[in-house]
Amino acid sequence: MTDNQNPPPLLEASGVSKRFGAVVALHDAALRLRPGEIVALMGANGAGKSTFVKILTGALRRDNGHIRIRGADTNFSSPAQARKSGLIPVYQEPSLIPDLDVADNLRLGQTPVEPFLHWVSELGIANLRLDDTINRLPLATLRILDLARALASEPEVLLLDEMTAALPTDLVERVLGTVRAQADKGQAVIYISHRFAEIAQICDSATVLRDGATVGDLPIVPGVEEQVVELMLGAALETNPTRKAGAARAASGGPHVQVRNLAVGTKLRDVSLDLHRGEVLGVVALEGQGQDELFEALAGMIRPTGGKIVIDDAAVSFAHPADAIAWGLTFVPGNRADGLLMQRSVHENIALPLLARPGKWGAIGMASEASRVNDAIARLQIDTRAMGEVQRLSGGNQQKVTIGRWIAAGVDTLLLFDPTRGIDVRTKRQIYLLVRELAAQGASVLYYTSELAEVPAACDRVVVIFNGKVVDVIEAAEADEQTLMRAAYGLTGEALPA
Amino acid sequence: MTDQPAPLKRVLRFMGDNPIIPLIILLIMLIGVLEYMRPGIVNERWMGNTIKFAIPLAMLAACQTLTMLTGGIDLSAAVAATISAFVMATQVPIMGVPLAICIGLIPAILIGLVNGFGVAFCRVHPLIMTLGTGLIGTGCLQVYQRFVIATGSVVPDGLAWLGTGRTWGLPNSLLLFVPFAVVVIWAQRRTGFGRLLYALGSNQTASRISGVRSWQVLLALYALSGLIAGVTGLLYVGLIKAPSLSLVNPLLLPSVAAAVIGGTSIFGGRGGYAGTIVGALILTVLGTLLTLMQMPEGARRILFGLIILAVTTIYIRLTDQSR
Repeated sequence: MTDNQNPPPLLEASGVSKRFGAVVALHDAALRLRPGEIVALMGANGAGKSTFVKILTGALRRDNGHIRIRGADTNFSSPAQARKSGLIPVYQEPSLIPDLDVADNLRLGQTPVEPFLHWVSELGIANLRLDDTINRLPLATLRILDLARALASEPEVLLLDEMTAALPTDLVERVLGTVRAQADKGQAVIYISHRFAEIAQICDSATVLRDGATVGDLPIVPGVEEQVVELMLGAALETNPTRKAGAARAASGGPHVQVRNLAVGTKLRDVSLDLHRGEVLGVVALEGQGQDELFEALAGMIRPTGGKIVIDDAAVSFAHPADAIAWGLTFVPGNRADGLLMQRSVHENIALPLLARPGKWGAIGMASEASRVNDAIARLQIDTRAMGEVQRLSGGNQQKVTIGRWIAAGVDTLLLFDPTRGIDVRTKRQIYLLVRELAAQGASVLYYTSELAEVPAACDRVVVIFNGKVVDVIEAAEADEQTLMRAAYGLTGEALPA
Repeated sequence: MTDQPAPLKRVLRFMGDNPIIPLIILLIMLIGVLEYMRPGIVNERWMGNTIKFAIPLAMLAACQTLTMLTGGIDLSAAVAATISAFVMATQVPIMGVPLAICIGLIPAILIGLVNGFGVAFCRVHPLIMTLGTGLIGTGCLQVYQRFVIATGSVVPDGLAWLGTGRTWGLPNSLLLFVPFAVVVIWAQRRTGFGRLLYALGSNQTASRISGVRSWQVLLALYALSGLIAGVTGLLYVGLIKAPSLSLVNPLLLPSVAAAVIGGTSIFGGRGGYAGTIVGALILTVLGTLLTLMQMPEGARRILFGLIILAVTTIYIRLTDQSR
């Protein structure tokens, strides 16, 4: 990248590293931004993107490396300092105070009102009143207000994190147009998004992070998507895990669980899938494409707003997870803290579903309970040295406890949401094996994972969800990471949102 | 884990695993101080009296312990107990003893059901909900009093026997309390209902995912708490022998203190009734101790408050194993 040394970079980060205890989040992150340039910052889950952003915006301090603004070394110790030097972030979550009105929020941030209103109307929001209370406004409007507030303070570097995620299409166009126009006037923008189409539309180059280091800096030209995907995956491409002979998909009868046109609010828009007995059906999606809603609706945690769920030819609807459990749908949530009684023992955690119904409130048959719990512990090889309190267990063992609960209660259909997130390789293997074993015994498993590499090891088929819709169904044997990543980014061509 | 001198560490670890041990040690120490201040005071008669007064407190503290396990509290317990006692005593001349006891328990259970309904369905915080029903209950009791002012009140002999009597030096109230305590301690660990209290107090979401419908548990819990409070009121009026409109009210805050000193977390999910019983004994002994010091009332209360704070703080430090 030696095309033109003038003008000098506005922001230049090099060799940035950060470690949290024993975990190295970043070791060699770099980014260069010239005036008038929009750079896409990209990376798979866990590549260190959010740590890098936090360091750039002063929310975290780096351990090593340099960050120069207009050639001068800086080391922000707070977001306020970063703002002062002209770097204004707009984060994914609205950052306005919900109980105050618009005017009060502007006053708090010392945002000039006139330019703010100018940008609001420029971005396509008509009739905003300054005395509207924030929590009465729709999410899309809040995102626009955040952006307008950032623009009103005339940033030199604007950082947009998934800016368009919650916006309807017309507003997306407005935002993209405005951002491009600002860049053309000399502002610099760091653009973070999962949507290749937007990146192709407005960005000049893409900086790709993998495993805590910047691995590439590519100009945006037609066809660059493939290269970016390759860079994001890196060496992981070479590993080709041995496929299980998992074609145990039931020859017997039709699908066990049928989901038809399921919708939940605006996040999950139209998902249909079939889950057979003896099958492990993978679900792959980028963050926030509606997979959370899909699992929660199937688990009875939330009510779908459209579509239907059919189990063995009976249409069902769940008002409470207990209803879903009665139909055999049992849920292991992605956030382990949501699934566990942290202060209680392994035994109590595993036995919990056995006692849920009022009919089971009486004396516990301690012997039979103990034998069921111990079976589950043995089957999952849970480390029993810290049985007294689940919070003293390692992450992997905690995850086994949440799964073990349903093994003790008897598995029919298991909804696993990212069960291997943040756990060690050995435990991951055990979980794949367990899932395969359960399927071989006739259970159905719906398996969302954020780690594409494990799809062939655990699943029979995989559905890819993008923007609330199923965009592809792939046989696991053909589901190498590249195919999945392309599909997850909505690059399959078919069913792309216009 | 560093290589610290082993014995101290081992003692602390042991106390952490058996949180009731330091409490019992504290209780014995307090009794020792008492004996030191007034040699000879600790005798069979004194012990009987202490137990007699600790029992109603411990029973009322059961309401607090059980609700606290779910992260709640029952501030209407004392009012429910008072209402039960007052209604029962005023109904005896009209209805006779057995029926009066049944009638007396009804309003207590009713208060509990309303609490449960408010907490489970309307999502009112238990602190506010039970405070509210307590106030409403007090008001209703005053209205009720106007109607029965002419009938007079009678404390049945049976309850007086249970409340104040002794058999072979032991208070008769143990006949009620020992089975009660055994059932509560057994139920909290060995029944589905007891386990669900801990589960709800530890993590509502996890309980929900596991199929627990929390409203069922909460409704039953607060109704049970009301019933226990009612029974406590009946026992207490047998001890005091003079039903009044604020009979059990002075026991309310000590009942919360007994549960907390006994190691039950107000945030839920931790603790149990065994500790509460020792907590109630500690508070009763402490009361005697401060009375003996012949201090002015104000100073005595200040000291009482300070000691409770100190004990709770030290105790939590001592037993906290979560880093």
